[in-house]
Amino acid sequence: MFERILVANRGEIACRIMRTARRLGVGTVGVFSDADEGARHVRMANQALRIGPPPARESYLSIDSIIDAARRSGAQAIHPGYGFLSESAAFAQACEAAGLVFIGPPADAIRRMGSKSQAKSLMQAAGVPLVPGYHGDEQSPHMLRAQAARIGYPLLIKATAGGGGKGMRVVADDDGFDDAILACRREAQAAFGDDRVLLERYLVRPRHIEIQIFADRHGNIVHLFERDCSVQRRHQKVLEEAPAPGLTPERRESMGQAAIAAARAVGYVGAGTVEFIVDRAGDFHFMEMNTRLQVEHPVTEMITGLDLVEWQLRVAAGEQLPLTQERLGIHGHALEARIYAEDPERSFLPSTGRLIHLEQPVESTHVRIDSGVEQGDEIAPYYDPMLAKVIVWDVDRARALSRMQQALRQYRVVGVANNIGFLSRLVACPAFQSADLDTEIIEREYAFLFSLPGEAPHDAVLIAALASLLRESNTSAAARCAVSTRSLWDVRDGWRLNASARRELVFRCGDRIRVVHASYRTRGFRLELDGQACDAHAELVGGANLRADLGGRRLDATVVVAGERRHVFVDGQHWQLVRVDPLESIADIAVAEGGLVSPMPGRVVELRVAPGEPVEQGTALMVIEAMKMEHVIHAPSAGIVRAFRFSPGEQVADGDDLVDFEPVVRSGDAGS
Amino acid sequence: MSVIKSKVDTRDAEFVANAKAMRAAVDGLRLKVARAAMGGGEAARARHSARGKLLPRERIERLIDSGSSFLEIGQLAAWGMYGGDAPGAGMIAGVAQVEGNACMLVANDATVKGGTYYPMTVKKHLRAQEIAAQNRLPCIYLVDSGGAFLPMQDEVFPDREHFGRIFFNQANLSAQGIPQIAVVMGSCTAGGAYVPAMSDEAIIVRNQGTIFLGGPPLVKAATGEVVSAEDLGGGDVHTRVSGVADHLAENDAHALYLARRIVANLNHPAPCRQLDANAEAPAFDPEEIYGIVPTDTRKPYDVREVIARIFDASRFDEFKARFGATLVCGFSQLYGCPVGILANSGILFGESAQKGAHFIELCGQRGIPLLFLQNITGFMVGRKVENAGIAKDGAKLVTAVSTVQVPKVTMIIGGSFGAGNYGMCGRAFGPRFLWMWPNARISVMGGEQAASVLATVKRDGIEAAGGVWSADEETAFKAPIRRQYDEQGHPYYATARLWDDGVIDPAQSRRVLGLSLAAALNAPIGPTTFGVFRM
Repeated sequence: MFERILVANRGEIACRIMRTARRLGVGTVGVFSDADEGARHVRMANQALRIGPPPARESYLSIDSIIDAARRSGAQAIHPGYGFLSESAAFAQACEAAGLVFIGPPADAIRRMGSKSQAKSLMQAAGVPLVPGYHGDEQSPHMLRAQAARIGYPLLIKATAGGGGKGMRVVADDDGFDDAILACRREAQAAFGDDRVLLERYLVRPRHIEIQIFADRHGNIVHLFERDCSVQRRHQKVLEEAPAPGLTPERRESMGQAAIAAARAVGYVGAGTVEFIVDRAGDFHFMEMNTRLQVEHPVTEMITGLDLVEWQLRVAAGEQLPLTQERLGIHGHALEARIYAEDPERSFLPSTGRLIHLEQPVESTHVRIDSGVEQGDEIAPYYDPMLAKVIVWDVDRARALSRMQQALRQYRVVGVANNIGFLSRLVACPAFQSADLDTEIIEREYAFLFSLPGEAPHDAVLIAALASLLRESNTSAAARCAVSTRSLWDVRDGWRLNASARRELVFRCGDRIRVVHASYRTRGFRLELDGQACDAHAELVGGANLRADLGGRRLDATVVVAGERRHVFVDGQHWQLVRVDPLESIADIAVAEGGLVSPMPGRVVELRVAPGEPVEQGTALMVIEAMKMEHVIHAPSAGIVRAFRFSPGEQVADGDDLVDFEPVVRSGDAGS
Repeated sequence: MSVIKSKVDTRDAEFVANAKAMRAAVDGLRLKVARAAMGGGEAARARHSARGKLLPRERIERLIDSGSSFLEIGQLAAWGMYGGDAPGAGMIAGVAQVEGNACMLVANDATVKGGTYYPMTVKKHLRAQEIAAQNRLPCIYLVDSGGAFLPMQDEVFPDREHFGRIFFNQANLSAQGIPQIAVVMGSCTAGGAYVPAMSDEAIIVRNQGTIFLGGPPLVKAATGEVVSAEDLGGGDVHTRVSGVADHLAENDAHALYLARRIVANLNHPAPCRQLDANAEAPAFDPEEIYGIVPTDTRKPYDVREVIARIFDASRFDEFKARFGATLVCGFSQLYGCPVGILANSGILFGESAQKGAHFIELCGQRGIPLLFLQNITGFMVGRKVENAGIAKDGAKLVTAVSTVQVPKVTMIIGGSFGAGNYGMCGRAFGPRFLWMWPNARISVMGGEQAASVLATVKRDGIEAAGGVWSADEETAFKAPIRRQYDEQGHPYYATARLWDDGVIDPAQSRRVLGLSLAAALNAPIGPTTFGVFRM
């Protein structure tokens, strides 16, 4: 086994690899770009080296920097993780050239599987079933058209060198074919510098099922069963599970054997995944082989009880596979959900920012969190916005589903937009619940998954109010005095002599203003919202968590404060409200500091704006010369100069009104 | 420390009857307080709000820290006086926290006769300043007042404790390093102009606050000059030209925000001693006080039952329990702060007075604040006690109470009659705060005794002149005297005249005493030098 390995990656996968290495007593070297200096994977590593500026191509994709870091750190092997250089044959070769072990397949196997057309012909030769199609080099329009007619419609056109959905088109029938070919070629040329395309039968409502394989240098190859990754959004996996619902043992075995055959055909070593597309009849066809550890490998680990990273290290160190096929089995059911910093309401646009608050589900034998971030971390725009993966396990799918729902409800993320709410709806979606899976499930269930949550329910507003009231007692100026006890005058229970105080707490939720009236009670408060009243009390458990009672209903909630914003997590949902403080909101009232009167006797030198011109606060309006100094008269607020009372050259007296100024109140600024 | 063992039976018929009576009294109190809090009534409030001004209580709510306690004083000032024209004497005053500092707030209520100063308004303002001075509390004046109530100028202007004293106090408070802050949110005319002018920092609201020695009508009459209030002494003029005020606010809320900023920048020292809010509560329900206190003030009961419902964990280490038993003395803690308690349990004898003086000496030596629970019909009378020198024993107690320098807080929980009021730290003896329960009674003696004494004097006079005075005549003579004493001895009569700082719900005693003590500890405790004790 190695003494020290370098992990050429970041985020959760770097952390996950280091976890296993640490368990095996293998030292870890992390690498980081300037954007990741304080990242979790850097903190976790035994040592960490800077490899360049934030852009990936100058750091995590820089083969030279990484090889150099490995040399400097004395690492014997490099684990590439997934993404970045994990499927770069050049990198694998560079490692070899530098005398380092690349923890992955031989460069040649990467190269052969990297080219889709080459891979397909190899697979055809090895007897692995393929989707009917055309992968030939002859690319004349005539030839392609003829092949299309042979394969039949609907038909998929893909860039030969492609991936990630670029240069890909579905053609419903003969009519659209020519235009689609042209578009694909253009895209392929732009994206990959290669305009060759391939044609394939387009399968309707197919499933995506992949087989995890493992091979050692001694000729042993096993498969670790399948994963169903049908739930995808634009070809990005969202939810994965193992085993695949409804897959018969016979079919599993023949898929497993096909995958092993595929691996053998390229002389594969290490962990790999053979992806199949499965049609409604259950027939499977080879799609591609991923020559690395997959993001979703934990579901396989959960049902087999194995550590795939450990296997990778053993195989890379030249050991035999730890187990033979007969000793492998499936136990229970596992699901994985990917937590992304992206905004489902805005076409899944990646979101950046600081993780002001991060609370992850509690890990147990049933729940595993592979996370690359911690509270306070910055989510930079340079890399994949995945924050973490939630993996759950239970004896069967129904129970695993319920575990997943619970885990997602426990997640509290503030600071970046995220897909947790979307994942919760996805898991709750009847089609997913009943395992009616195919790669179009998200598009098909759009109405269910994107039904807008509407306005914050009573509970969320009341919880926000309760949290504000409770926090007051903790944020009082008690800290002024170095006394640890809480002084009686610092108690914030609104105590009144012979009366009870009544407070008004105002929140803005979207466009609506919600007003909560709170009266202090001996225990807790009486809260009124929209004419409904209830007795409420709560205690703060830790910084942001609330154990609340609303009119006799016990609720657990979290309220995270981010400036004026209140992030309320209650009943598995996340609401955003804005606290409107009647005093704070007027704090930035700009007082016209007598700015429009002459500060002293002098002479007008210059008018800086034209009458009638709208100006911003602070805009220079006119210049007066007095006592050999120039004085600039500024706009006291945003507004319009109606007229100047003096012209350049004219004398002004001390205190003369200089400008007829009309301030404007911007819509939205008014009121409190 | 010993813990008081309660012998109270909450199912006892007398307990239930007492509780019912006290609850009714407390309900009555809250009702009166709520009514007084409405100020000048619906129409005046609506007019005030329509001008874009916040009501005085709204101003206070926005000024103080969210959720802060507000220990209001003189809630029922002027109650039943001036034909009911001046609820709360047109002023709201009390202690609350602003930016973490306990401050004295004084807010004029312009809905009450334009916020003008009645005699009780002046008294309340001066009392607030006295509390601020004794306890070193920064003062914030929310000014909105037309000045003296002219029809009663003889009772508000000329004397020592009249209007001018407010400014004398401001100057001297400032001299002692107690910040003086004024927020001019309305008129500030004539003498009133000195409230902001004498302040360390002043805020004025544009187009709303005015400060001038003579308003536009007076100016016109005096000099013929016609000038608008805003040009004469508005916010713009005073913050830009005259410098009478320092900060210009756009509206009430902005002014209060600025006031909070000023307090935040005071760098006012935090009290060296704090009361711990998390201290152990009494072992018994404070509301049980309702059933413990008899409806008839003459009826004796064990005051330790009351102590057990106010102080930390009902702990009480009694001093000299076997001597002078009618004055219960002992040590306890209030929110973790050690306190010495003197509580009446019957009339004062020479021994009880000696014991009280001794106990006060101990607390003075040790720097322990004193709490007086007053329920006293008076000193024992008769040849035996007079010849034994009860007057000199009483004098010892009065000397000790008068000269001890630790903070004193008095709560009248029953009768407060005659010299007992003195020995037990009545208003004249400078308690930092003096509170009263709604069942309390205060007068030089009880109505019955007063009527009897006066009747005896009268009878002696008639009989000396050879006349005859029938029993019916005597009864008729005594009735109005008794009525007068009953009326004037009532807590609402007392509190209306600011003989106390307020009538309180007995169940709130712990918190009221705690906040009072915590405010008192804002000022350092000086060394005590007692006067001569007549031996």
